[in-house]
Amino acid sequence: MSDTANGANYLEVQDLKVHFGKKGATVHAVDGVSFTVSKGTTFGIVGESGSGKTTTALAVMRLTHITDGHVSLEGRNIGALDGEELREARRAFQIIFQDPYSSLNPRQRAADIIREPLDLMEIGQPAERDGMVSDLIKQVGLRPEQGALFPHQFSGGQRQRIGLARALATKPSLIVCDEPVSALDVAIQAQILNLMANLQEELDLTYLFISHDLGVVQHICDEIAVMYLGQIVEQADRRTLFTAPEHPYTKTLLSAVPTLHAARGDRSKRQRLSGDPPSPINLPKGCRFASRCPLVEKQCHETPPPLRAVSGGHFVACHLAG
Amino acid sequence: MTVLKVDNIVVDFATRRGNARVLDHVNLEVNEGEILGIVGESGCGKSMTALSIMGLVPSPPGNLTSGSIYLEGRDLVGLSKDEMREIRGNEIGMIFQEPMSSLNPVFTVGEQIAESVRLHENASQRAAWERAVEMLRAVGIPEAEVRAKSYPHQLSGGMRQRVMIAIALACNPRVLIADEPTTALDTTVQAQIFDLLEELQKSRGTAIVLITHDMGAVAQLADRVAVMYAGRIVETGTVEQVLTMPRHPYTEGLIACVPHLQPDPPEKREPLLEIPGVVPSLTELGDGCAFAPRCNRALATCTGRQPVLKTEGNGHATACWAVEAELENV
Repeated sequence: MSDTANGANYLEVQDLKVHFGKKGATVHAVDGVSFTVSKGTTFGIVGESGSGKTTTALAVMRLTHITDGHVSLEGRNIGALDGEELREARRAFQIIFQDPYSSLNPRQRAADIIREPLDLMEIGQPAERDGMVSDLIKQVGLRPEQGALFPHQFSGGQRQRIGLARALATKPSLIVCDEPVSALDVAIQAQILNLMANLQEELDLTYLFISHDLGVVQHICDEIAVMYLGQIVEQADRRTLFTAPEHPYTKTLLSAVPTLHAARGDRSKRQRLSGDPPSPINLPKGCRFASRCPLVEKQCHETPPPLRAVSGGHFVACHLAG
Repeated sequence: MTVLKVDNIVVDFATRRGNARVLDHVNLEVNEGEILGIVGESGCGKSMTALSIMGLVPSPPGNLTSGSIYLEGRDLVGLSKDEMREIRGNEIGMIFQEPMSSLNPVFTVGEQIAESVRLHENASQRAAWERAVEMLRAVGIPEAEVRAKSYPHQLSGGMRQRVMIAIALACNPRVLIADEPTTALDTTVQAQIFDLLEELQKSRGTAIVLITHDMGAVAQLADRVAVMYAGRIVETGTVEQVLTMPRHPYTEGLIACVPHLQPDPPEKREPLLEIPGVVPSLTELGDGCAFAPRCNRALATCTGRQPVLKTEGNGHATACWAVEAELENV
């Protein structure tokens, strides 16, 4: 069996580049990103604003242009699809957004919001669709009669459930989740994260999970990539990334998260970044993190470090790692 | 020494669906050089507490129905608008969540800091400008003389929040109220702002009220914490007491429902603890405990009567019938 058939290379992103703007002032939002995701797992992308994590997600969804590189889903190059072919293919990959307030049409009832993809993609017979909608509503933990309500009559968490039901309507195998719990109250985040974990198990879903919240990523992801200025600087499975981070940026990011048992005033273990990241228009010649890196050496300013394996499945883009 | 004392304040809002009691007999004390954290979900009253202290409750529809707010012994409730304006900025400074929308886009940041200095102190234009540059340096902005001439849009989010802190601290207030000061910022920038707040609190003895939804932020920064739910304080104590030995079922839930970053995560993923349901509407609160419908330890008494804060010997206080019954039985 090939890797694609047994699900190891279910989603493959190869040397993805998304550039914006014109010549001379090009923003290198995503600049050579490669990763593969196995079926039924959750692949997390973490990074700060401007790291390119959301643009990567949008490119995989074909919601922004792809400047260069390949995106393939189950062996099919979805990066090259167009028009009706692309529209048809979208059944297999859906997205849920950060803000459950602006991502639902305020004039549509919940049931109609969830039904729309069924109608558009002509899934099932029209007469069956009402039943499918109420099954979807139940699947995300709402009551079928709530389908008659408008978005403003729901709480933020319930709205995110409606967004999930809409995404599930076409029976996709991949769901891109762009900061799905960041806008929710902490007590509600747990409800949505648990629901997502249950749905994954039930439906064998694959998630591409974009987040800035390392606690959430640690909880839900199997494999994690850390992005900085359009590139992956480190990638590893969940245990390795958090117990043995190698890239200085990953280490700083981890030490910056306030934890529950942080000893107050124990500043010795904290690592802090100084300055701002360089502009994504005028990128440095060498390592993009060099100007802020505590370990920087001469070679870092001269040659960009490639993403290389330091141990099985653990990749780091740093001259000094490993 | 107690700098700020919030004494039994009640704030009501007239809404179409009736009266909403957004703050229900809230008591707080902050000492000199101390950081008090106020945590809770949206709508619990934490931001309204800040606005009450600042005398900025929108009225109408809001109304501070009863209670007092003492700043170094002086009651701020009932002061005139002009008197209150003197207090704000001079004695109490405030920083908000979104630094971009709190800064004026058409003035340089130096001018905005200088303005606050000139409004509150009888300083010359030149002296005020010099103070602005000095403040920018104090909040860790490199090349302060150059940066003072920047407009807000020319600065990053973290820089803008530093400018907000510089404005709030320009007149050396006794109390700084920080309402979700890092929620809009990146993790590494948040860490820098926390360091800065901690440093300012130590060097200037400023009392800080930190309003946040993030228990991690409280653990890192605060000395004491008050947990709010539906307009009331349900638990309060030192950070150590509340975070390591939470009494109130809501506090327990709030801590357990968040996937906190662990240095050594377990191999197997456990489902997160959920607090079922949602925050109740403030116009539909019954006689009992507002948390009872979501509580896994609710007793018959909980729906009948509202629990009040009961203080244990060590100062750790909880408003919960189930906890009270348990402590009595020990």
